[in-house]
Amino acid sequence: MKRVGLIFVGLLLAACLVAAPAIAGKKDDTLVWATDRDNPVADPFYLNTRELVVIGHHVCDTLVIIDPNTAEIKPLLATKWKWASPTSLEMELRKGVKFHSGKVLDADDVVYTLNHAANKDNAIANFALLSWIKDAEKIDASNVRINLRNPFPPALAYLAGLGFIMEKGHYDSAPVKPDGKKDFGAVKANGTGPYKVVEVKPGDSILMEKNADYFKDGFKGNPKISKIKFRTIKDGNTRAAELMTGAIDWMWDVPKDQAERIKANPAVVVENAKTLRVSYLQFDIAGQSGQKFFSDKRVRQALAHAIDRESLTKNLVGPASVVAHSPCHPDQFACSSDVTKYAYDPAKAKALLKEAGFPDGFEFDFYAYRDREYTEAVIGDLAKIGLKPKLNYMQYTAFLENVRKGKTPVAHGTWGSNSVPDVSAMTAHFFSHGADDLTKDPEVKKLIDEADSLTDPAQRKVVWQKALNRIAAEAFWVPLFTYAKYYAFSKDLDFKPTSDEIPQFFAAKWK
Amino acid sequence: MLAFTAKRLGVALLVALTVSLITFSMIYVSGDPAIAIAGEGARPADIEAIRKFYGFDRPIAVQYLDWLAGALQGDFGRSYTLRQPVADVIFARLPVTMILGASAILFALVLAIPLGVLAAVRPNSLADRFALTLAVVGQAMPTFWFALTLILWLGVNWRLLPITGSGSWQNFVMPAIALGYYVTPAVMRLTRAGVLEVLSADYIRTARAKGLRPMTVLFKHALRNAIIPVVSLAAVQFGFMLGGSIVIETIFQINGLGYLAWESIQRKDLPTMQAIVLVLSVIYVLLTLLADLLNAFLDPRLRVS
Repeated sequence: MKRVGLIFVGLLLAACLVAAPAIAGKKDDTLVWATDRDNPVADPFYLNTRELVVIGHHVCDTLVIIDPNTAEIKPLLATKWKWASPTSLEMELRKGVKFHSGKVLDADDVVYTLNHAANKDNAIANFALLSWIKDAEKIDASNVRINLRNPFPPALAYLAGLGFIMEKGHYDSAPVKPDGKKDFGAVKANGTGPYKVVEVKPGDSILMEKNADYFKDGFKGNPKISKIKFRTIKDGNTRAAELMTGAIDWMWDVPKDQAERIKANPAVVVENAKTLRVSYLQFDIAGQSGQKFFSDKRVRQALAHAIDRESLTKNLVGPASVVAHSPCHPDQFACSSDVTKYAYDPAKAKALLKEAGFPDGFEFDFYAYRDREYTEAVIGDLAKIGLKPKLNYMQYTAFLENVRKGKTPVAHGTWGSNSVPDVSAMTAHFFSHGADDLTKDPEVKKLIDEADSLTDPAQRKVVWQKALNRIAAEAFWVPLFTYAKYYAFSKDLDFKPTSDEIPQFFAAKWK
Repeated sequence: MLAFTAKRLGVALLVALTVSLITFSMIYVSGDPAIAIAGEGARPADIEAIRKFYGFDRPIAVQYLDWLAGALQGDFGRSYTLRQPVADVIFARLPVTMILGASAILFALVLAIPLGVLAAVRPNSLADRFALTLAVVGQAMPTFWFALTLILWLGVNWRLLPITGSGSWQNFVMPAIALGYYVTPAVMRLTRAGVLEVLSADYIRTARAKGLRPMTVLFKHALRNAIIPVVSLAAVQFGFMLGGSIVIETIFQINGLGYLAWESIQRKDLPTMQAIVLVLSVIYVLLTLLADLLNAFLDPRLRVS
């Protein structure tokens, strides 16, 4: 017994004597960030995760970029652009930009990449976001023309979000899978971005290194930190422990209670920042689920008045969260909050229910998939006016399946708009009679179609306002609140969160 | 003995098959795999393309038999998300899980056997009470909580050990303790009961009467006999640890088979999930079989029934 104890203590002591600290932090000039997801490839076109969008913006550049502070479109690989017609966008490229391979960027690279992405057979992960591109053609060595299938005014915002430019012929070396198709995601990353990929360890990490040849005076500036390493750490508590010991420098999606506890640690900074994700209630307007209560506008309005959204944002979500009044994020272009508003008023809600013929409320199915505590707060408020929601809480895939089959009388969903700061990325997705549209209102669709054929921003805003007015007046949805995210990072790190949820490590530096 | 072996082998095979069939069906109960692979925000057209591409539009029975035929030839298919043959992925991760399992069982045996012997030699003494307390706590405490407590003290507060990774032997210290502690009670109680029983046997009295030293009697005569059932228990527990290391591997971010299983479930990576379940259940079944045969070999009475 004694001997065993001695061996054990001996082992621990030996461990502490030789324990090598993980490489991270200011001392090693290596910024380590961690999330719970694993990213086996480093190609943003071939894996649909938030981490790869982030890595994409570090390894590659887009033609234009959105300034997250002003939502303005700024030059990046393209220095100038103009709409030659509503379906033809001409862009002039920056000169002297080099790929990590050493090749100088020209029109051929841009044409190659956009044509690759726009070809359905190449199956890029977020094809739908670039499917408006018909093709791209070379005008001369530094000018390209992008042809659109139909007029699509927010095109630049989408190019800025996901239009990563690769070198011409990039995917030629893709290995062939046993089914005969090419495995494009397996090609080694090569872009023009401020960081280059050095090593990908599937399920473990992706290491990037500063690109010393990155072009000067661009929007992204010059990278300052030598190495950036992404690590997968599944467990939230483990991530927090690693942050406190300095083995990682940055994490996000920290739950509120944990954020408040981490705050006490002097080595860590905690910040709450807004995101483009919006939480909402979607109704089965047509009554296809068999529960027809929500075909009645008064019932929907009753629900809108019953939920104390102000208290939800303050007490549960975080200080950067705000109440949403339209089915879009207030920071998105043309998303107006100047619509019919439903203040928290349980008495009015009850009166509306009575008027609709349900003085004692009714029982219905309520579907949800994310952040159970928010869902339960909403259900609690609904119960206060006599409603009896039956919660069906499930995985996202099962939730989406039920919504699309019209089985959900009320669906509590969320939408992140793929970080595109334009109203069409959310409202058009849910109200243009697509698979996720349970409203299918012809008037709203007509307005949206009209708005999204106008290239003039001011005119577009006017028509969008009409569409949003109708959605709010009819209470087709109850938009709930915008999400806010807790970030926690080393106090040595000079970092500013942005609402597009694309952390700009290229702009970060050590204090 | 041959008939007994054949019968056990047949049962073992059926168990492994049944497990794989159940896993296969469960995947479909939890939602459409095509939607899962497409990810949040994908359009219906993309999902339809994925469904066709991976053959999810075929009847489930056809998909299962197709997979089984491949698996019997050692071909587990390709992982959807890792873009590698599943067999490669699994055999790359298996050693890590083996090391974890082996160090955990080693920790359990090193802690449990001496304590069990001590408790048996001095029943109802302070040492016995201590061992009993340790056993009860080990059985009652959830593994994840114990693991987090270890992280808090050894990792965060005292900075003795690295928290995550599998790069050096130090990475395995905390996980092995967390995983091993859970099986300690069973091993300890079995050792105690075995030694207690053997100590009252006639040949021990004879050994004592010959004038052998108490230590020699205890270790050479008593423990050798009492340890036999412990060996077979340890074999089964080892199998349990390989499969049960999911929580531990996830908490300590060890890139082993358990963690791969958890990842694959989240990504709906069907070929990988299938193969892991099959590999783990085959290992578990084999270890159980080994324990059975070992017992039968040592105790002829078992062979008859």
